[in-house]
Amino acid sequence: MQRPVPRQAGRGLVHGIPAVLSVASAFVIWEIYVRLSGISPLMLPAPSRVLDQIMLNRALLWDNTVPTLKATFAGFSLSLTVAFSLSVVLDFMPRVRRALFPIFVVSQTLPLVAIAPLVVLWFGFDLTPKVLLVALVTFFPMLVALVDGYASTDPEIEDLMRSMGASRTDIFRSARFPSAMPYFFAGLRISITYAVVAAIFAEYVGARAGLGIVILNAKNSFRPDLVLAAVVISSLLTLVLFAATAMLQRIVLRWRDLEERR
Amino acid sequence: MNLLELNHVSVTLGDTAVLNDINLHVAEGEFVSILGPSGAGKSTIFRLLTGTLPLQDGAITGAGQNSFAFMPQRDALMPWRRIIDNLTLGLEVQGVPRKKARAQVTLLLEDFGLECFTSHYPAQLSGGMRQRAALLRTIVQGRPVQLLDEPFGALDALTRTQMQTWFEARWQAARWTTLLVTHDVREAVALSDRIYVLSRRPAHVIAEITVPIPRPRLGRPICAQVHAIEAQLLETLLDQTGEKP
Ligand SMILES: Nc1ncnc2c1ncn2[C@@H]1O[C@H](COP(=O)(O)OP(=O)(O)O)[C@@H](O)[C@H]1O
Ligand SMILES: [Mg+2]
Repeated sequence: MQRPVPRQAGRGLVHGIPAVLSVASAFVIWEIYVRLSGISPLMLPAPSRVLDQIMLNRALLWDNTVPTLKATFAGFSLSLTVAFSLSVVLDFMPRVRRALFPIFVVSQTLPLVAIAPLVVLWFGFDLTPKVLLVALVTFFPMLVALVDGYASTDPEIEDLMRSMGASRTDIFRSARFPSAMPYFFAGLRISITYAVVAAIFAEYVGARAGLGIVILNAKNSFRPDLVLAAVVISSLLTLVLFAATAMLQRIVLRWRDLEERR
Repeated sequence: MNLLELNHVSVTLGDTAVLNDINLHVAEGEFVSILGPSGAGKSTIFRLLTGTLPLQDGAITGAGQNSFAFMPQRDALMPWRRIIDNLTLGLEVQGVPRKKARAQVTLLLEDFGLECFTSHYPAQLSGGMRQRAALLRTIVQGRPVQLLDEPFGALDALTRTQMQTWFEARWQAARWTTLLVTHDVREAVALSDRIYVLSRRPAHVIAEITVPIPRPRLGRPICAQVHAIEAQLLETLLDQTGEKP
């Protein structure tokens, strides 16, 4: 039995219309509420005010988006590299897999809130601790996606290849690895959202720049409008990365779209 | 000359005796079928031959592991590869350069009716076309013996008949040494020179029948001799499945 993997990958803008409408109406209600109730902007700023803050502080926001983006990419690249290399080792050595997997599971139970300050303490305020934290958070989902993906290979295809005289390496390259791609992309889409959150949190705990620092400073100076402005930017960042992986998936997994359309 | 011989081959999987003292042979250019009920152990014989399952008891002679081209029960086409790249898989594993492999496949495309489908993905093909592709992928490996595991079993009745007729013509032209596994009496009689009938699990050979009917046998009125052989096979099968009225 092959486990179903979600296939939709930003297919068609039409599917997005209801989502856009519901988000837009939430903002409208929020705006109306703030205006009618006369609540202080120090408590709850209206969406229009947040938008103003984004425009006013666009230079600041942009300057601090770049380090967050850097940490996200560097951390994600690191975790992808390690997860892939390790997944290959584990695939060829099932015994090692059984020995190591519990350790990876434990690594996932560590609360970020506790780990982040320690990592910052050990590695300082530079890029390193952020990269490590992003990698820690995204590594396991990617590893599991790959290992599960290899295991989903049709045994009949493996038997066929073996009958052709294929080596274990041939089978990995031509059957197991491609079979894992749908799982890989499912993991990628989840991890990329974790990655941004982890980067911002790591900055929040200790950094010189980044969206996390903008949020921290805004909070300390009682500026919820600026906090929300930074939040909007980080959401946009996540959405852009999510869309990019979805697009990549559509290109790489074109054969799956064909299958579904039958 | 026998390209393949199984002598006293027995297999036990877990606690289940699956094959019990199987003896059979296939001569060069011969079309031999193994006919047996579902779950008898037919695919298990192929797993022994292709080396997926180690030989436990008995002997397999006449051919090394590289003398078989195997077509699995489901087509096992790789859904992420275009048809052309599925067709070259066997040659690719043998280390044949891509260009040469494609050229070799191209020579056969027309005979298999696949010349317009090379850049399609398997999901875009009908069941019959997929089966043709799986057959071509088998044949193009150029191995001495073709092992076909219920190649038409998953097709609807009409497509199956068309495919059998097409396959008979192809086989008559090329005469590949073939060992076919099937549970379809008609198919076995239509295509084979000889038929081994397997019992229920644990499988052993309960009958060996020669089919001396000239080819082509399909696409023409069925003669009395075919009827007689079919009836005999059916009776042998029903006899040991205990379902004879
Ligand atoms: N690993 C296994 N352990 C025990 N029994 C098995 C195993 N694999 C297959 N079998 C049994 O072997 C029998 C023969 O299987 P198979 O060769 O696929 O049958 P066929 O191809 O004739 O339908 C089946 O009844 C199946 O239940
Ligand atoms: Mg079978």
